Amino acid sequence: MFPELFSTRELRKSIDGSVDWLVTNYADSFEALTQPFLAILIWLEQLLRGAPWWAVILGVALVSYAASRSWLLSLGMSALLFFIGAIGLWDQGMQTLALMLVATGLSVVIGIPVGILMASYDRFRKIMLPVLDIMQTMPSFVYLIPVVMLFGLGKVPAIFATIIYAVPPLIRLTDLGIRLVDADVLEASRAFGANRRQQLFGIQLPLALPNIMAGINQTTMMALAMVVIASMIGARGLGQEVLIGINRLEVGRGLLAGLAIVALAILFDRITQSLGKRMSVAQQDS
Amino acid sequence: MKIQVKNIYKIFGNKPEAQLGKVKAGMGKEALLDETGHTLGLNDISLDIEEGQIFVIMGLSGSGKSTLIRHFNRLIEPTDGHIIINGQDVMALPERELEDFRRHKISMVFQRFGLLPHKSVLDNTAYGLQIQGVGKAERAEKAGYWLEQVGLKGFEEQYPHQLSGGMQQRVGLARALTTDPEILLMDEAFSALDPLIRREMQDQLLELQQKLHKTIVFITHDLDEALRLGDRIAILRDGELVQVGSPEEILLKPADDYVQAFVQDVNRARVLTASHVLAPAKLTVTLKSKPQQAVELLKEHSSEYACVLDGTQLKGLITVLDAQRALNDNADSLANYLSSVESVRSDTELEQILPNILSNNGAPIAVTGKDGGFKGWVSCEKLISLVA
Repeated sequence: MFPELFSTRELRKSIDGSVDWLVTNYADSFEALTQPFLAILIWLEQLLRGAPWWAVILGVALVSYAASRSWLLSLGMSALLFFIGAIGLWDQGMQTLALMLVATGLSVVIGIPVGILMASYDRFRKIMLPVLDIMQTMPSFVYLIPVVMLFGLGKVPAIFATIIYAVPPLIRLTDLGIRLVDADVLEASRAFGANRRQQLFGIQLPLALPNIMAGINQTTMMALAMVVIASMIGARGLGQEVLIGINRLEVGRGLLAGLAIVALAILFDRITQSLGKRMSVAQQDS
Repeated sequence: MKIQVKNIYKIFGNKPEAQLGKVKAGMGKEALLDETGHTLGLNDISLDIEEGQIFVIMGLSGSGKSTLIRHFNRLIEPTDGHIIINGQDVMALPERELEDFRRHKISMVFQRFGLLPHKSVLDNTAYGLQIQGVGKAERAEKAGYWLEQVGLKGFEEQYPHQLSGGMQQRVGLARALTTDPEILLMDEAFSALDPLIRREMQDQLLELQQKLHKTIVFITHDLDEALRLGDRIAILRDGELVQVGSPEEILLKPADDYVQAFVQDVNRARVLTASHVLAPAKLTVTLKSKPQQAVELLKEHSSEYACVLDGTQLKGLITVLDAQRALNDNADSLANYLSSVESVRSDTELEQILPNILSNNGAPIAVTGKDGGFKGWVSCEKLISLVA
């Protein structure tokens, strides 16, 4: 038996207490802070759900073509979306798609600057690495409880939980991508008098872009892996269907919803991957 | 004086400033490493570089030459010392002025080219101007001009990875010239190229320099290259300056065994030029001289021939026999009695003169300056003593 060094019960209680204090005093302001995100999400969701199905499919086809310059890929992507509609999950699929887009967008807005800071400041990197480890390995339920307490049930905590889980690969790959930029090229830009901003936007980010795209790809994949868990705290969509399937032991419902999630995953993966590939081909070094 | 390097020290390690005193007191590289774990990169380097010169800094790997050249534009900060360019201490420039200095006054060509892989050849060449904030049209025009100068017209839209090494370095050179800097830093610029291309690039650089008269600091580990390009050469060893001098001084008066070991394998015939084997003419006559005078002068000097000048230009050779003939013919001038004479420019390599001498059956070969003016004769004795 390991000796008791201090009262863990007290520790637990004090953590509970501080969360309670945070919730009682600041829950309202936290919720107010998140209103803009919620508004964007709701707007996007209504747009996707309100638009005719063929318009959405056409939109996805155009985006795929823009990313890959391949009609075959964009045909395949349209077929995947059509499949989601065909198995009767169009509405849920659009809800999940909206959540994914907002979560991915916010991840990019957070992840890329953090990655840049990590690449620029070694001390910041040393702090961030264990933080990223915690974000990726901590079971999500552990932070879902306080997040729900602070933000209430619904879409916002779902977005937060998704971002916490999904943003680390983007941060890591942005950091890595910038660090892998050829030191000679960077030195050349310094020798011609480029300032920090010119180095960052002219050299480091463009050259790190293939890695950053791989990061965005990973982020979308991980975000999709969170949809079922997110549905437990009130996000509607495909995850909720899976959850209902589990609760009612309806294997068919669960399986179809699961397949729809896979279809969305393939959609996101292929589009971001082909975009990344095209970017790295464009700047391939001999 | 364009560039003055004053007592530059560079120590690598955790606390370089703390070790400076020891180094200044005379502690050597190895002792410093053993005692403090610091590496002595550069030890009290002072150089004077004249405007319009190609100044070559030569040394083997680890000699500190690449570290030294990065001090000129402060890509590396010295532990101590100053570099004064046009009277301005580069080390004292604040961040913004340093950027400005790098944008307008000095540019650099790199050993591994350092081209931007995501930009076209034209955009690479225009990079310095882009950093300066110059508009697109002007950028394209200037970059296009310099690409043409280095022989890359037609490659503007290509990407660096589509070009060969030699062509990539031409882009590097064009990029450096496009900002029209006063000073060009070349860090082993041709070392990554194969020998034929390297020689071509050296020729191109010399040709450009004839027109541009930039102040060029050129780093190399190749003595042949140093001797070929350098107006002056500094030899660096383990972070210390061993010798500074003209190519001839390095070759003919090596300062120590280290330099001696370097120069002994050099093919002098390819490095030294006609100016090194020049013997001044003992006797010259002008076109206006009377045959009578010429005959007397030749006899007086007991010489078999004399060169005939018109101003400084060499017109030909008059031999004793021809002068006598002119005198007998009662000719007014020597003009119709001259025999032609083989001549070489003073910057011709000895290697190229040797066949001339052999085919010329011992007749004298004249040396002329760049303007065609007569300077003297090729001395066979000097030639043999230098090349043999």
